[in-house]
Amino acid sequence: MDTLDLARLQFALTAGTHFLFVALTLGLATLIAVVQTRATLTRSTVHERMTRFWGRLYVINYVMGIVTGLVMEFQLGMAWNGLSHFAGNVFGAALAMETLVAFFVESTFLGLWIFGWGRLNRWAHLAVFWVVTLTAYASAYWVLVANGFMQNPVGAESSGGTLRLTDAAAVLANPAALTAFGHVLAASLVTAGFFLAGVSAHHLRRRTAEQEFFRRSLRIGVFTGLPGLLAVLAFGELSFSTVQPMKWAVFEGDAAEIDRLRAEAAAAYGAVREGAGGAGGLADLVDHVPPALPVQAGGIAMLGLFGVMALVSLVSVPPALSSRAVRGLRAWHVLLIAAVPLPFAAVLGGWVLREAGRQPWAVQGLLTTEEALSDLPPGLLRFSLAAFTVLFAVLVALNAWMLVRTARRGPGPADDPAPGAPDLPTGSPPARDEPVPAAVF
Amino acid sequence: MEIALLAFFTAGYLVLSGADFGIGMLLPYLGRSPGERGRVLDVITPFFLADEVWLVVAVGFFAGAFPVLEGGFLAENYAAFTVLLLGWVARDAGILLRGRVDRAAWRTGCEAAVVIGSWAVALSWGFVLAGSTGSAGAAPPVLAAAVAAAAALFCAQGLALAALRLRGETSRAETGKASGGDALRTETGKTSGGEAGVPWRRARRPFGALGERAAYALTSAAIVSAGLAAGSRLPLAEHLADPATLALLTPAAAILTPLLVGTQVWLWRVLARPGAGTARTAGAAGAAGAAGTTEAAGVAGTAGAAGTATS
Repeated sequence: MDTLDLARLQFALTAGTHFLFVALTLGLATLIAVVQTRATLTRSTVHERMTRFWGRLYVINYVMGIVTGLVMEFQLGMAWNGLSHFAGNVFGAALAMETLVAFFVESTFLGLWIFGWGRLNRWAHLAVFWVVTLTAYASAYWVLVANGFMQNPVGAESSGGTLRLTDAAAVLANPAALTAFGHVLAASLVTAGFFLAGVSAHHLRRRTAEQEFFRRSLRIGVFTGLPGLLAVLAFGELSFSTVQPMKWAVFEGDAAEIDRLRAEAAAAYGAVREGAGGAGGLADLVDHVPPALPVQAGGIAMLGLFGVMALVSLVSVPPALSSRAVRGLRAWHVLLIAAVPLPFAAVLGGWVLREAGRQPWAVQGLLTTEEALSDLPPGLLRFSLAAFTVLFAVLVALNAWMLVRTARRGPGPADDPAPGAPDLPTGSPPARDEPVPAAVF
Repeated sequence: MEIALLAFFTAGYLVLSGADFGIGMLLPYLGRSPGERGRVLDVITPFFLADEVWLVVAVGFFAGAFPVLEGGFLAENYAAFTVLLLGWVARDAGILLRGRVDRAAWRTGCEAAVVIGSWAVALSWGFVLAGSTGSAGAAPPVLAAAVAAAAALFCAQGLALAALRLRGETSRAETGKASGGDALRTETGKTSGGEAGVPWRRARRPFGALGERAAYALTSAAIVSAGLAAGSRLPLAEHLADPATLALLTPAAAILTPLLVGTQVWLWRVLARPGAGTARTAGAAGAAGAAGTTEAAGVAGTAGAAGTATS
């Protein structure tokens, strides 16, 4: 493996791990916001308990996901400074807006929400969570503006070896960003819907005490999953118009089309570089076609899993309408539990198709991934790759363990909204040496 | 304007997160028993995530307003930033996971992650600092001095915050003992209630007769000055992003920054409020607990003032 492969593998691991967390966070936030709204409007106890219980799972996943996002932000500069050198005027600004508009506010308001139970007026507390949800959307939007620009660079022109912003509106309304934004939001709703349905099915199957709680949660999950999948499909169809022709040719294995597009791209790229006074780099490009294996495997996984999920969702609608089936149809419970990982695998597949299919470009048609790479010794990259791989494996395992443990225990006294009850969403009994329980997260 | 914003975000990070890392570094010194270490970590647990977003914003704004310089800076210090990230994540995970399993070995492991992670972050900043003060490859004495200085500044900031926020501990302990509250059972079993304020005494020992607030203001000023002095060596003015980009980014950042500061102040104020949770966890010493948490508001005020002064 050369330095480029190592750096790409490292970034793929970082972004892929981060995306797993994000897919659940984004969708779960939406569902919790809706449930908390209902709890606030109607003062319904079961809805408030649902808000607290699913909120605890949300917080665990959010916090463990943050750290992968931190590593990603740094890694863009550390390993890919050619990208900031060439496209920083557009790309860097989108990331800066993401941190300012979205991430900072999201994290601070999430803190307010966690510690605001019993401290904030219930309407203020509800508003705080809606801010968390909307800034999570804003965060996804800005990241996809940056990514959309890499897929379909619009609103900028190349001069003197760097890009300059010429039309901010075109960058912000880039179809490659907007369709992906809708697609990702819908996919995250599906992920959260399947998560709610699966966890609830576990409790209903075990016949735990919380029947009403999980019957309602299961229904929310099932009735989010199906429309979510339809939205995924709609935005997926819309995004076909923005997909690079080469990505499709490789996905379909159309050799003649690949050759034609390769010649075309090489000529266009040469012109860009000569216009900028740079070297041609044509020779390097001859062998550069997106790698067929990941593109095809990613695309097939995404489409195939979509089919499986659509089937699971469709067969789940009739039993979800019947209270007796929701409580007692145990074979169906097993199906719902088994389906929890499917959306995660599908989003990873779609992401591999989108990003591997962009190769050899970092910014489509303008900057190759190789040019974007920082000048780094391979030994250093090997070290960081090994270290981050271990770190992410541990984080994903810890997150899964905490989610499973918290989900299995189900709502407890900590989720009771009664006055004077513990106001912090914690699962552990109060202990003197934890006045602010670390388990709050 | 861009440079002032970058300096402001960096200063916010150093003052707020610097103290969190300092407390993590000195955890074995401040807390000699699991109970004491738990109390010391409680000083930072509700705040550390809101504190570290300042660095995320600083780096994001660095990438937006000075893209070429940001890429160069991070890539040149690749090894130091790798260690920094590893330490940072280990520290965060240690704080988050410590209370999840009720076993001595688990707690010790998590505390080790906090201590080692915090040291890794502070020392990495020392390397980065040295890298920014000269061209690549600072002389070993310079490097050693920079690393030692960074460690000292983080430790001092941590001690000052611990002294400020643990100030209520003594009175809380005495109230708890007087009312026979079971809240302090773990402590009183081993030591007398009056010694529950011991981490606080250890934290304020290096400051001598100086008051807690004065000490915190002083260490904040020191860490911000050091950070800005190092940052002033970066050729920022020559590496601004294209005017067309800044025409959008800078006004957005200038308008948002007061809002961002406002949301953080709101969070500090909410945390300072004695919610039902405070009463529960402080047990019989509810009133004293509330007295303790008002210190958080004091810290918030001081931090805000320090941040404004440096902008």
